Amino acid sequence: MATAQEIAAQEFSTVVATHRPQIFRFLLASTRDVDLAETLTQECFLKAHRNWGSFRGDSSAMTWLMRIAINLQKDHWRNRRMQFWRQTQSNAVDLDEASEWLPSGERSAEQLLLAREQVKRVWQSVKGLSERQRTVFLLRFVDEMELSEIAHATGLSEGTVKAHLSRALGRVRAELGGKR
Amino acid sequence: MSLMNRMGKKPEGFVEEASLNAVEARDRVLEVALANFRSSVVAWSEAELSRERTPARTVRQRGWRLAAGWALGCVLVAGGVSGGVFEHQQKVQAQRAAAAARVAQQQKVLAEQRAKEEEDLLANVDSDVSREVPSAMEPLAQLMTDDETK
Repeated sequence: MATAQEIAAQEFSTVVATHRPQIFRFLLASTRDVDLAETLTQECFLKAHRNWGSFRGDSSAMTWLMRIAINLQKDHWRNRRMQFWRQTQSNAVDLDEASEWLPSGERSAEQLLLAREQVKRVWQSVKGLSERQRTVFLLRFVDEMELSEIAHATGLSEGTVKAHLSRALGRVRAELGGKR
Repeated sequence: MSLMNRMGKKPEGFVEEASLNAVEARDRVLEVALANFRSSVVAWSEAELSRERTPARTVRQRGWRLAAGWALGCVLVAGGVSGGVFEHQQKVQAQRAAAAARVAQQQKVLAEQRAKEEEDLLANVDSDVSREVPSAMEPLAQLMTDDETK
């Protein structure tokens, strides 16, 4: 018969397997740095593992994990003590490279080129967003989270989430429209 | 799901639905761009997740970067220190040169003063020692005046 500890460990393994791709995707989109996203994802699950016992299930495990990931990412950028060294070690890919990942699907070469150009412009506007706007935007349009989930994960009210989202979309729209 | 729905806005009534359609039509480009953006991020993250992570390579890369960081730091520190030392030496040399120039100037003034004193002394000696020499024809001239008076 499995002990409570073993059951908890099994549960946590399932949580990791289920949610790791989504957490990694969010961190990758936020940082555009594969190594950093991988490191922060690992830190996120390490922290979650340490606090798994205190997770009461008020929100979904995904929202809880996302909250940890957002805080880790914030801490990483806000800790300015080693900012210079961080910048020299930054591995963030440029926008052209990030836009190259679009699957070709059924598109013609011309359509694919056009789509890549659009993706690049979206990346450009995401780069220009504030930290909160970017987080909310990525949670909504990359991770497809509900507004209430985003509010839970970011610790903001739904109204504030909507406002950030609206401003972020405004910038993306301007970037897409202004340079067409 | 339409963009407005994603924004958390729900249509109310036919009129609002019509305006919503107009907005949606206007935002079609934005929706397509956002969908492409999402597929791009998903494809990228899936590719990175499914790729065999090579810790050795990562560690080596990180090690190289760390070494480069330290090397850069050492170069900066060494540059700063040697720059400071060089500047200090330049300052000391300049001070020495200024002191030497001052001493040379003082010596020159002293020498000039001494030369002037010697010159004055010689001039005094000359004036003390020298006598007025009578003119060579003076005795004859004297005789001639004597004769005339007689």
